[in-house]
Amino acid sequence: MSDVVIQTNAITKTYESGSNSVHALRGIDLTVHRGEFIAVMGQSGSGKSTLMNVLGCLDTPTSGNYLIDDVHVETLNKNELAAIRNEKIGFVFQGFNLLARTSALENVELPLLYDRSGRKRDSRAMAIAALERVGLADRVNHQPSELSGGQQQRVAIARALVTEPALILADEPTGNLDSRTSIEVMSLFQALNEQGITVLLVTHEPDVAIYAKRIVEFRDGRIRRDEPVKNRRNAAEDLANAEVLDDDIMAPVIAPAATVAVAGGVA
Amino acid sequence: MKLMTLVKLALQAIRKNKMRATLTMLGIIIGVAAVIVMVAVGYGARSRIKEQINNLGTNMIVITPGASATGGVSQGAQAFATLTVDDATKIRNEAQYVTAISPVVATRMQVVAPSGNWRTSINGVDIDYQTIRNWTTSDGAFFGPDDVRSAHTVAVLGRTVAQRLFPNSDPVGQEVQIGKVPFTVVGVLSPKGQTAAGTDSDDVILVPYTTASSRLSGRARIPQIIASAASQQDIPAAQDEVRALVRESHKLTQGDDDDFTVKNQNELADAAASSTDVMTMLMAAIASISLLVGGIGIMNIMLVSVTERTREIGIRLAIGARGSDVLTQFLVESIVMGVIGGAIGLLVGYIGAKVLGHFTGWETVISPVIMIISIGFSGAVGVFFGFYPARKAAAMNPIQALRYE
Ligand SMILES: Nc1ncnc2c1ncn2[C@@H]1O[C@H](COP(=O)(O)OP(=O)(O)OP(=O)(O)O)[C@@H](O)[C@H]1O
Ligand SMILES: [Mg+2]
Repeated sequence: MSDVVIQTNAITKTYESGSNSVHALRGIDLTVHRGEFIAVMGQSGSGKSTLMNVLGCLDTPTSGNYLIDDVHVETLNKNELAAIRNEKIGFVFQGFNLLARTSALENVELPLLYDRSGRKRDSRAMAIAALERVGLADRVNHQPSELSGGQQQRVAIARALVTEPALILADEPTGNLDSRTSIEVMSLFQALNEQGITVLLVTHEPDVAIYAKRIVEFRDGRIRRDEPVKNRRNAAEDLANAEVLDDDIMAPVIAPAATVAVAGGVA
Repeated sequence: MKLMTLVKLALQAIRKNKMRATLTMLGIIIGVAAVIVMVAVGYGARSRIKEQINNLGTNMIVITPGASATGGVSQGAQAFATLTVDDATKIRNEAQYVTAISPVVATRMQVVAPSGNWRTSINGVDIDYQTIRNWTTSDGAFFGPDDVRSAHTVAVLGRTVAQRLFPNSDPVGQEVQIGKVPFTVVGVLSPKGQTAAGTDSDDVILVPYTTASSRLSGRARIPQIIASAASQQDIPAAQDEVRALVRESHKLTQGDDDDFTVKNQNELADAAASSTDVMTMLMAAIASISLLVGGIGIMNIMLVSVTERTREIGIRLAIGARGSDVLTQFLVESIVMGVIGGAIGLLVGYIGAKVLGHFTGWETVISPVIMIISIGFSGAVGVFFGFYPARKAAAMNPIQALRYE
């Protein structure tokens, strides 16, 4: 097996709504290697979510082809796609997408119930372990409506990683979080990435993107920029520093790095 | 997914919408309860009829003219098929397993008494009739062997006839005119009540069969000969014997079919009770229409539920559920709803049948078979009416389902 996890060739996605058609993606060529940590950036409406849905085997492109682990996704039937979604990919949605009136534990356990490989025996214990990893061991029996936005986001992340996928796709996982919680979430992704999991995440915030290894920027359905992150930061260290300092003093700590990233974006 | 997980999931979904689920199940509950009550009443009627026929007499065997209908095709021999007094005499003289026998020479005539007149059935019988039918007199006495031998004009009145003809006086010893022949009343029978067919058994006059043949109009026929076997165990042997003797009496040779039918009491009871089966089926069929309506209710709610839970379906599909997983989830949900509804309906029907029986005096019989069938049937209703909504859910595209508002 090669170390290319994702390869897309000239992927386009056109939405036909009434008389006019929206070109959400206009030809995306993207190669992602095992162990990468990519931040996908770009203006609102530039096609980031559309690409994530295609990569997550939730949506099909209008044209172009997509290989995941050297398998042509176009050739797979519905059940094979379901198996890929279940086993290979952990997806964190832009709007959490947790089951309402269902406990955090049961939400996280859900993907394991659809596992057909037979590897995941003790789904309950695995779900609890995943919740512990995102720091929610004490919220196991809470329903989404009883959790804060950040906690819901972490439940969604726990659900994505409970199946131990090789690839995590996260669409704005820090979108609704304050800066401190964002860093906590990023340190989680960094830790997962260190364990060998490939991570793609969409974000608007340059301060979040600097924890990734590579930035891909979108504009109008095309990739405008694709380059490694300079001055990459370690989220765990930033958190540790923030522990020592006061919350107010934390902003300057991460601000310089953010400026660098934004400057890079403009260039 | 494991079945247990699916059932748990279904129960959770039902619990989340208690009110709605209850109203949906109400259709099934009413349907099943209606079927249970109808069948209970029908079975009650059946068992009452059987009981009545079994009360007709002791170890009774009935010989009727004509081949039994079981062959389907009616034989030509039937045209000549009549029972005669000679058949009865032959059985009386030669049969070993038969302890009592009496022909029934039947006619209907106008009966006149000084204080009233009445049209009724006149049955010419032998003295054994009392034993076979287990029917004794409450006033006076039955006629004796002498009366039969000499064809005396004596009569025993059924209770109804006695009341009609002699409303204010004791009929015993008085005279009645049957047709043009005057008869002396020697006794009044004890009351028997309704027959299985719903007619009045006490609306009858018994006379010696010899008198009936010789003195009453020529229209008299012998619709049956009744006999008693020595004991319960002897009934089959007695039936065989009677059959052989009547064949002999009718001079039937080896290849000929019987031109008469020999039945025992149980067979008669079954035959009579089977007439209620059609009625029971009909009532159950009408009741099951409400079950059908209940099923449509389930389908309606499942369709609403699928639309309402589109996002949930999208989430499940997005994290790797197959279409078939979603299908079974919704199918199990509607089956669980059907079965719970069926179980509650069973309980309601059971209580309903008991209450109805209590207030109307009707006998109601609830068989375990019908219980199992009704639960199974409501499950099947769940499958049938849940399938379309479940398939609709399973066919969803994950991304469209997730975007659904
Ligand atoms: N189902 C749809 N039908 C029609 N147009 C759509 C549909 N989904 C997305 N689009 C359009 O496609 C374009 C790209 O949308 P997409 O959701 O990928 O943007 P995005 O980069 O994720 O934006 P944001 O940062 O706001 O989440 C937008 O112009 C949007 O209007
Ligand atoms: Mg988006």
